[in-house]
Amino acid sequence: MGDVGAAPALSFDGVSMVFPDGTHALRETTFEVRAGEFVTVVGPSGCGKSTLLRIASGLTHATSGTVHVEDRNVGYVFQDPTLLQWRTVQKNVELFAELEGVDKDERARRAAENIALVGLNGFETKYPKQLSGGMKMRCSLARSLVMDPQIFLFDEPFGALDEITREKLNDELLSLFQRKGFASLFITHSIYEAVFLSTRVLVMSARPGQIVGDFTVPFPYPRSPDLRFEPEFAELSGQVSHALRGAHV
Amino acid sequence: MSLQQAPVSGGMTDALVDIHPLSPDDAPRGAKKHRHWSDYVAPVIGFGGFIGFWYFMSYWGLKHIWDKPGFLITSPHRVVNESFVDDVSRKALFSGLYWTARVSVEGLIIAIVVGMALAILMSQARWLERSIWPYLVAMQAIPILALVPIIGSIFGFEIPSRIFVCVLISLFPIVSNTLFGLLSADVGQHDLFTLHHVSRWTRLVKLQLPNAMPTIFTGFRIAAGLSVIGAIVGEIFFKRGDKGVGILLDSYRSRAQFPQMYGALILAAALGIAVFIVFGWLNNLVVGRWYESTRKSG
Repeated sequence: MGDVGAAPALSFDGVSMVFPDGTHALRETTFEVRAGEFVTVVGPSGCGKSTLLRIASGLTHATSGTVHVEDRNVGYVFQDPTLLQWRTVQKNVELFAELEGVDKDERARRAAENIALVGLNGFETKYPKQLSGGMKMRCSLARSLVMDPQIFLFDEPFGALDEITREKLNDELLSLFQRKGFASLFITHSIYEAVFLSTRVLVMSARPGQIVGDFTVPFPYPRSPDLRFEPEFAELSGQVSHALRGAHV
Repeated sequence: MSLQQAPVSGGMTDALVDIHPLSPDDAPRGAKKHRHWSDYVAPVIGFGGFIGFWYFMSYWGLKHIWDKPGFLITSPHRVVNESFVDDVSRKALFSGLYWTARVSVEGLIIAIVVGMALAILMSQARWLERSIWPYLVAMQAIPILALVPIIGSIFGFEIPSRIFVCVLISLFPIVSNTLFGLLSADVGQHDLFTLHHVSRWTRLVKLQLPNAMPTIFTGFRIAAGLSVIGAIVGEIFFKRGDKGVGILLDSYRSRAQFPQMYGALILAAALGIAVFIVFGWLNNLVVGRWYESTRKSG
């Protein structure tokens, strides 16, 4: 992964977004995510980070500029697990395959495989109300994995979790990333999470959002959880933090 | 809700993916119900108090407080003897119960079909909602009494008119609860369906309707109670045809048969309670497994 010559899986070229109410969310945003890259966007809250993902997925259309997505099969993990309360874990994980018309046996097989992958085996028949916050997020992740997307969009998926659970899920996400090799565009407001996960960290300015910093993260995968305590890690985090503080002004 | 659960179990149960899968037993659950002895004794005490108060009013209260003859509140054992032990009264009363129950159930079924169809229609477009809703509110505001001559002229003064009253009276809560449930699906959940370019039908059947089930059942429960009232009220105005509890009530009143009148009242109340219990049970059957009520049951 991290193949420098790879084609962009996702690219934004001069994308601006003005909402009907006049809110200027994005201004002339340009960047690309190449196949095998894990790109994270950090920025102050309300800077239009989520809008970026909504545009990339087609949920919202940009006011101007061009967005190119290599494959329409995009995985999208929201801030909330957005599980359907009336479906069991198994049926929730099957949802996207069901909506895409995958036949019954095949989607059951794929769901079982991905439930195992996120460590929810044994919980297939449980309902969302019986799961903890971290388990709901795992279920949400498995639901997207079922379609085996080549591009993954993550909108602060672990923002509502406690730190212990969040770090654990970070480690697991990286092992999935290595195994599957999907391109990722990850939104977070945690600098440490950004540096730990990514091959590249983009810093976004306050609204209207614009990319004001672009950091390459040199640490090779697999990354050990202890990477978080290395001096190089701290130094890079410091640089990102510095750029982020500049972005506030 | 995830915020509430995460601190309790997040750290404990979230084991590493490839190392050890989580055990189902670690999952947080709703607290188990513990029945205290008072949960059983309290209803018995309540019932005893109720019967005692009834006797008190019958033998002493009515006479000394309001200076009215005691027979106006017939004592409980006379009510039971003359309404339910006596063959003639019992047959009349239970036949009345059958007809009232039948009318209210038929009215309720029509109201459910019509009400849900209207709600689904209104959920599909804002302009439909705006054009239909005012009439439902207006219908709600008109007293049944004012409609009696019109209903009677159209449907006659027999059972069909009584069913119509049940439909009129129970339609609104079904429509409003169904519509509210259909429109209250989470925005994020809607996004999931939008991402996969689903049809309106798929969105309705796989997202909106299941999401609405708890509120729909609340609507059914309210409507069912109203339908029983509608059947009895309808009988007061539309007396021809088979006699229901409402007609019996009125004729016992006119013949001053107080024990039987109380018997009819007891049956009317029992019917309302039975309907309430049945719909509570249906609700548990359909949504009890997954629905997380904000209020702790107990």
